[in-house]
Amino acid sequence: MNLANLQGDFHAMLATSSPVAGVPAGPGRAVYLNNYRAQLVGCLEESYPQLRAFIGEEAFLHAAAAHIKRRPPHAWTLDAYADDFCDTLQALFPDNPDLHELAWIEHALDQAFIGPDAAPVAADALAEVDWEHASLTLAPTLQLRIATTNAADLWFALRDGSSSLEGEMLPAPGGLLVWRQGFVSCLRALDAIEFAALTQLQRDGSFAGLCALLVERVGEEQGIASAGAMLADWLGSELITGVENE
Amino acid sequence: MHAHRFGLGLRREHYGDFLEGDVDVDFVEVISENFMVAGGQPRDILRRVREKHPVVLHGVSMSLGSADGLRPDYLARLCALVEEIEPIFVSDHLSWSRIGRFNSHDLLPLPYTQEALDIICNNIDQAQEALGRTMLVENPSSYLTYAESTMTEWEFISAMAKRTGCGLLLDVNNVFVSASNHGFDPLDFLRGVPMNRVCQIHLAGHSQGDGLLIDTHDSAVNDAVWSLYQQTIARCGPVATMIERDGDIPPLADLLAELDIARHLAAHREAA
Repeated sequence: MNLANLQGDFHAMLATSSPVAGVPAGPGRAVYLNNYRAQLVGCLEESYPQLRAFIGEEAFLHAAAAHIKRRPPHAWTLDAYADDFCDTLQALFPDNPDLHELAWIEHALDQAFIGPDAAPVAADALAEVDWEHASLTLAPTLQLRIATTNAADLWFALRDGSSSLEGEMLPAPGGLLVWRQGFVSCLRALDAIEFAALTQLQRDGSFAGLCALLVERVGEEQGIASAGAMLADWLGSELITGVENE
Repeated sequence: MHAHRFGLGLRREHYGDFLEGDVDVDFVEVISENFMVAGGQPRDILRRVREKHPVVLHGVSMSLGSADGLRPDYLARLCALVEEIEPIFVSDHLSWSRIGRFNSHDLLPLPYTQEALDIICNNIDQAQEALGRTMLVENPSSYLTYAESTMTEWEFISAMAKRTGCGLLLDVNNVFVSASNHGFDPLDFLRGVPMNRVCQIHLAGHSQGDGLLIDTHDSAVNDAVWSLYQQTIARCGPVATMIERDGDIPPLADLLAELDIARHLAAHREAA
């Protein structure tokens, strides 16, 4: 048996837990099989601690086992094995959006933790900005998604050691924002208007466009005031890493 | 002539010790893949540790034994890290992890055949060319052997080092574990590998599994491995010795005390 075939057989043994011709029988085979599964389960446990606490050990291990069966690892880094666990959760728990959103939060926080560095805009860099033609750059670690449940509240409660909060649908959809401030990954729940504002800004960067969107949503006076308030908040939260005049 | 050097692995539990204190080590070894990320705290910590200590980059994912070659994206990231950190050594394992799009994330054993030797030598050549430097290749612990093998592990390593010019990272615990699991004399291993190619030594603890010893890195180095370490340093020149600990990680002071045993044994050997 040549090396490529032997390695293909080893792959099949690990992926299916079944005996194959190329891997000798004996206790060693069980060691490698156990290592393989333990590494993958360990990666998921480390990546989704609050989800694990939320759904319980048995359900989490069931989901991990299903994921290992559905998605063999392919990336060079083990950390990437957590990337598409949300897909498996959606397949296993199609009617639990709280759980999907909680998993998204944990994955986004991990991604932000090791995402690209970018210095926030300094206050003195804003003095010369022509805001009519300003283009804003958001932090490269920023991630957004629509929120339909109280997953952000669940995450904060679980982080603080409370498991009493139940998953609930929001009265109206909002958003989830994850980014890194300094070396700390941050989570914030957004209302629908701020979510729309950040989504548009992420798409085109235009401050004038942001103002137009807010004026359309809440009227001229409040829209302009909201744009200014949001900008100040985002600058203070290190969400803006560049301001240029177009 | 270089003197013996003594180091420890950088683990999360000891980040504060290494960043804030004056830790008595000659080098720090890090797992390369943990720092092959875009940015954030891991890269910052490594940069700051590098300001205080020489660093060894030890990889677990190059998959030098893959029949279908190395991953260019992996190599590119490793090269970028090497350029930034300027490590004293770059190492990975005599094993394979990946075939095609499947990556086991484990150090799987190779058959010791001429074909496998040709493949790993080609892969080492490619890595060394990309890195612009000599790599160290580590002997793994293994839990099975293949009927296809036509060489012993030490014959394979010897031929690999000769063909590629690579250095060796001799894991003394892995020699002990594999010798126990496969019934060979660890001294045959030490006699068979080219000791003049050994640049670094790993020491670690292991556990008793179901009929096999398992390389768990979760306990102190035991007496049998210390004894084999003495036999090893008697056969090679000055090397960089480090203790690996990845589970049940004790306070740094405990690991430094364990490292002092290695220092003492090396000093005793030199005095003799």
